[in-house]
Amino acid sequence: MNLAEILDMGKYAFYVWGSYGVVALFMLIEVVLLITKKRSLVKSITRLARLNRE
Amino acid sequence: MNIFSKAFWLQLSSPKTFYPVAGKMIPWFMGTAIVSILVGLYYGFVVAPEDYQQGDSYRIMFIHVPAAWMAMWIYIIMCAYAAIGLIWRTRLSNMMAGALAPTGALFTFLALWTGALWGKPTWGAYWVWDARLTSFLILLFLYFGFISLRAAIDDPQRASRASALLALVGVINVPIIYFSVKWWNTLHQGASITLDKAPTMATTMFTAMMIMTVAFFAYTFAVAFMRVRNEILENEKNSAWVGEMLGREK
Repeated sequence: MNLAEILDMGKYAFYVWGSYGVVALFMLIEVVLLITKKRSLVKSITRLARLNRE
Repeated sequence: MNIFSKAFWLQLSSPKTFYPVAGKMIPWFMGTAIVSILVGLYYGFVVAPEDYQQGDSYRIMFIHVPAAWMAMWIYIIMCAYAAIGLIWRTRLSNMMAGALAPTGALFTFLALWTGALWGKPTWGAYWVWDARLTSFLILLFLYFGFISLRAAIDDPQRASRASALLALVGVINVPIIYFSVKWWNTLHQGASITLDKAPTMATTMFTAMMIMTVAFFAYTFAVAFMRVRNEILENEKNSAWVGEMLGREK
């Protein structure tokens, strides 16, 4: 069985891939948002600390 | 390190101690999630055969059921944290309750979404006002209420207490969701997996679903720990330990 056969959902393609696509997308977005938030927090805290030292 | 001593738990429940511990656990949870998603997808799309009645549309089950389980589990875990915070006034448990809520809301939405896309080819409708679907929609609103109540009150202690009460009152909805398919005549099918009976589905399908559940569980803890760490950083940005830690990382 090749990949194309596995991924062929026939007349259900819209429903199956619509489900899996949105689940994958939203889970990825959640992780990306959390990482972005972490980076901006670290940035603003270190900048503040540097300003306080000067 | 004696995990049975009160001192151990007291120390771990301080945000300062928990921050690095959670940080060490995140890659393990995320790794487990990624590996089990890959294995689960392999079982769900390669090993598990087509359903003789539903064709390929039933493969939505491998994410629909785990997402729905997680939506309910996260609510219960969130309530447990909120209750601990309410009783012992531990800051970290309130933070964990707050960190779990968005992920719980996400899985609730995803369960409704995948359910709609499974309902259309199977029942002929994206949505019906059936007891299972309606109680699940209420779960989504409970999550929204919890999140907005926490955000609306400025004083964190009062925000935690008010939202904890809301969460605890709302927990009654979880058994209603679970038993809705027994108590009322629903279009939604009954449980295929129960503690007292063997699962009423093929072993390969069951395996795929269980592996995806493990994946979503691990994912939940990975993102909840990421969110709680962000919250700790934000709350303690002026404290000495945060400054020291970030100074070391640079």
